[in-house]
Amino acid sequence: MSASIPSAAEIARAKARWPRAFGFSAQERVRLAVIWSVSIGATMFALWQTGFFDLPRLVSGVGQLGFLVKLMMPPASNGWFMDFMEGIFETLAMAFLGTLLASLAAIPLGILGARNVIPNWLFHFGLRRIFDGLRGIDQLIWALIFVNVVGLGPFAGIMAIFVSDTGTLAKLFAEAFENVEAKQVEGVRASGGDRAQVVRFGMVPQVLPVILSNALYFFESNTRSATILGIVGAGGIGLQLSDRIRVNNWDEAAFIIIMILITVALIDNLSRMIRRRIIGTEAQLKKSRNR
Amino acid sequence: MPSSADQPSRDPVALFEAKRAEMQRARRGREIIFVVLFLLALAGSFYVGEVRIDHFIEGLPGLFNYVGETLPLIRPDHVVADVKEWYWGFGKWIQLLLDTIVIAFLGTLMGTLGALVFCFPASRNLMDNVAVYFLVRRVTEFARAVPELVYALIFVFAFGLGPLPGVLAIAVHTAGALGKLFSEVNENIDLRPVEGVRAAGGNWFHVIRFAVIPQVMPNFLSYTLLRFEINVRSASVIGFVGAGGIGQELLFVIRQFVYADVSAIVLMIIITVSLIDIGCESLRKRAIGEEVRA
Repeated sequence: MSASIPSAAEIARAKARWPRAFGFSAQERVRLAVIWSVSIGATMFALWQTGFFDLPRLVSGVGQLGFLVKLMMPPASNGWFMDFMEGIFETLAMAFLGTLLASLAAIPLGILGARNVIPNWLFHFGLRRIFDGLRGIDQLIWALIFVNVVGLGPFAGIMAIFVSDTGTLAKLFAEAFENVEAKQVEGVRASGGDRAQVVRFGMVPQVLPVILSNALYFFESNTRSATILGIVGAGGIGLQLSDRIRVNNWDEAAFIIIMILITVALIDNLSRMIRRRIIGTEAQLKKSRNR
Repeated sequence: MPSSADQPSRDPVALFEAKRAEMQRARRGREIIFVVLFLLALAGSFYVGEVRIDHFIEGLPGLFNYVGETLPLIRPDHVVADVKEWYWGFGKWIQLLLDTIVIAFLGTLMGTLGALVFCFPASRNLMDNVAVYFLVRRVTEFARAVPELVYALIFVFAFGLGPLPGVLAIAVHTAGALGKLFSEVNENIDLRPVEGVRAAGGNWFHVIRFAVIPQVMPNFLSYTLLRFEINVRSASVIGFVGAGGIGQELLFVIRQFVYADVSAIVLMIIITVSLIDIGCESLRKRAIGEEVRA
């Protein structure tokens, strides 16, 4: 046993050879201290600038918040239930049409943006940057712009969802087209398929599940975002919600928030169910391929 | 073959064809139901969404006009002067963009701290107390189900205008969203270190500190960076309801039809968002790289 206990000289030698195993060196320690103190200092400065050290304001704000929650209880529709339902349906319609239009527009754009379809890198790069630009502008900004162009109402929201999601979906679809496996395409060609048959039986079955499941996923997320587009006047339940908050009807606001939560949960479950079916068939496909 | 009618099972081809026809019939039935439901949803959406093709065609030139109108006048002979005029408010806008980034940063920081508190009790493999697990799960679900902008509307009412309610709104939503992702990471860890710490006499906090955190840290970091990117986008519009950042200015110039300013500010937002995306991407690669090396 005593042989396994290293002597002081051995420890010193080990320390010289593997200094990192014995903790940070003095130099590293200084560097870490500087990094940490600078970032903590910057954070503190940002907190101070934002007003987090204004204790009276924080306290009164929290008190106010408690007061609001008290006003929200119990949530009540006060006879506006049918109007709220209309807002919810409007929201769903906006999400549905916006996602549908975006998916339809993104399919040709995705084909154009796929590197294996058009190998010119300049075209590819330019188109991808346009997609990024559409994506970089938030849906709410599009909604504000479309309210100016087509007026208040759900149509502005549909257009906002359509334009902002076309970029994202086109990028995803382009990647799906780029990932098409050549084996199946060759198989169809080898068994005598013409160009249309190659696309129909060699490529579409590989791409369609990706397109459908992404479209469903975006419908899900657009249902969420469509609930707030109304805050800037682009239709849907958000308009009702921001109105209720503006005029201090907190019980109705809480009622609307609960309705939004239920709707979003329902749509999530529905879309997950359908998506699992689509992905399920895809998984079977993969399994058979591996076999 | 006269015998095929009374002995159908003898002929494998006929059997196959019959089975195939049956499956196709079933599939066609399902497809018809799907198509009908889809068309119903489409028609309902057209009706509820007040979609009018004539309105759209009428409005289409308006959209192009709008985009054209926002484009700045830049003449090739005095580019510098024109760009200067286009970006007349550059200093102010940069200040507001910095505010936006600060809102996103503080919101992400506070939200991440909240998520760190929530995620361990919300993981089934780390929390034996079912009541606590259930309660924390519902709290995080609620926190992420309500959109940031709704929180912002409420917080602006409680705390007054400015970036403070924006930070809080983003923080609450982030705590919910990251809490879920973090707890999913926790549920996929290797349980052997947990057992090791427990066997050595560690309590719950020791287990979290020495067995869980070393495993989950790279993933947590990567999710947090991803969330920061998302939050920069949200922070740029959270000003629409008076919660600070560039959004307030953007709302003003869009509502007042100050066309050139719209394109100037939107371009600045796009550039900022892309720069932050690129920065986070490289940081994320480093975080995950460390995991691979370890």
